[in-house]
Amino acid sequence: MKDDSVLAYLKARGISRRGFLKFCAATTSMMALPPTMTAAVAQALATAQRPSVIWLSFQECTGCTESLTRSHSPSIERLIFDAISLDYHHTLMAASGEAAERARHEAMEKFHGRYLLLVDGSVPVKDGGVYSTIAGMTNLEMLKETAAGAAAIINIGTCAAYGGIPEARPNPTGAVPVSAIVKDKPIINVPGCPPIPVAITGVVAHYLTFGTVPELDSRQRPTAFYGDTIHDRCYRRPFYDRGLFAESFDDEGARKGWCLFKLGCRGPTTHNACATTKWNQGTSFPIQSGHGCIGCSEPHFWDTGSFYKAISVPTGPFAPAATAAAAAGAVAGGAMMLRNRHAKEKAVEAKQPVSPDDLEK
Amino acid sequence: MSDVEFLMWVRGPGLVMAFAIFVFGLILRLIEVYSLGHKPDLAPAREVTPGSPWRTMFTRSAPADGLLKKAPVLYIGGYIFHLGLFITFFLFIPHIEFLRNAIGIGWPGLPTPVVDFVAVITLLTLVLTLTVRIADPVKRFLSNADDYVGWTLTFLPVLTGWMAYHHFMLPYTWMLAIHIFTVMLLLIALPFGKLGHFFTLFISRWYNGNNFARKGVAS
Repeated sequence: MKDDSVLAYLKARGISRRGFLKFCAATTSMMALPPTMTAAVAQALATAQRPSVIWLSFQECTGCTESLTRSHSPSIERLIFDAISLDYHHTLMAASGEAAERARHEAMEKFHGRYLLLVDGSVPVKDGGVYSTIAGMTNLEMLKETAAGAAAIINIGTCAAYGGIPEARPNPTGAVPVSAIVKDKPIINVPGCPPIPVAITGVVAHYLTFGTVPELDSRQRPTAFYGDTIHDRCYRRPFYDRGLFAESFDDEGARKGWCLFKLGCRGPTTHNACATTKWNQGTSFPIQSGHGCIGCSEPHFWDTGSFYKAISVPTGPFAPAATAAAAAGAVAGGAMMLRNRHAKEKAVEAKQPVSPDDLEK
Repeated sequence: MSDVEFLMWVRGPGLVMAFAIFVFGLILRLIEVYSLGHKPDLAPAREVTPGSPWRTMFTRSAPADGLLKKAPVLYIGGYIFHLGLFITFFLFIPHIEFLRNAIGIGWPGLPTPVVDFVAVITLLTLVLTLTVRIADPVKRFLSNADDYVGWTLTFLPVLTGWMAYHHFMLPYTWMLAIHIFTVMLLLIALPFGKLGHFFTLFISRWYNGNNFARKGVAS
């Protein structure tokens, strides 16, 4: 009988048992599970049957898929991802047109209630959702139809999780996140533009291992990857604490690797694991490359003002309002002056002379 | 409203509105106070004592004889928290960045742990002065709602700023937004109550010093 387990799939692709266990240990650690769970994770992953996954791409740029699949060399994360039975992904699948849609329907029927639904991209709802269609079907209809039989939904990227760039002002297509439409399924948000590959596979691995969704925060993000801010884990944090900041991208501070807060770094308000897992197999992350974090894994990140101004500074402008207020203050002050003078005059008029005899009365 | 939306509101329209009310109140109060005027002083001025009004502005900051012993918490605590407020507001680097963006000028700041320490001392001193105010029957009798509102509006920005820095209770984005919101409240209240002493203090001292100098009582 054909062994359809994840481990068998990985073995066939040259992944050694040592490499597999290393991945399991790293996953266990990153999911903030006790080290003793590594064996359980390895056991579960090795024997897990390849789950059916339907990946829907709506208003997106395919960057999330690229993030996962275009790593410089095939990573074990990517192979784990390959090990799932990806039954529908219109960028990656060979089938097209009606055959592709048939594959989606077949998977939905065959694995009803058991398949994982991965979504990247936001859903346009304005004007009946006509702004994005696949096979003549609006994204809105396709999401509702596919979500109905899903065991859980994993939103890959900021667009699916929060609306992302399509939802940025003025939001011409009425873009909304998946959670605005699907209310009755477990939803896991893996935001980022794009998300870190290991955050995606970590969530999938957790689901394969335990059959449950990992611990989530109030924004439905796995706390293992989104529990801390970039600022908390940033290697430049000591410079922030010491008050040493780069003032421009080519000054002495920038060359010495000082904190990029003044140059607009969104690290303090951004929850993600970039500073710890980094990108391109742990090579670097934006701050290490000399640019501030732009907060791409947070809601409304495109509408939070200039990326090159600190997150706490005012966005103004103050001058017009202050000028008008000063003019209004002068008028009100003048009115108060007249009122006070009038009260004074009245008091003088009302003044009655008092003689010592009156006081004796 | 989400945390990010709230933060964007307090950084943008909220702060502009608060600042406009602050400017409105400041101009209103200055004109009102100045226009009250005083009776013409018909007596000729005494011997001129140059610089008296300017000196008075600072000499009045020193306690009068015996008062330091009589009200040590009021004086020492008062110095500490006023100085603390100055340091935390003007010498914390993110605040300098805030002001640089608002008014176009900046200056060097202090290392964050130093400002952190000063903020804690400021908070403790503010609590101590409030405790003394409530515990002392005379001070309590002399206090009204204006005093307690003023205390609260001074205390909250320092507390929320300190909590935001340490990620206490709420995520940083929320706490930062609440911190800026408390600053908005303080800005709005500043010109109208006793907190207005931040700008009337030196004006009135100058005025007093000048008057005394005319009468030959130079400070």
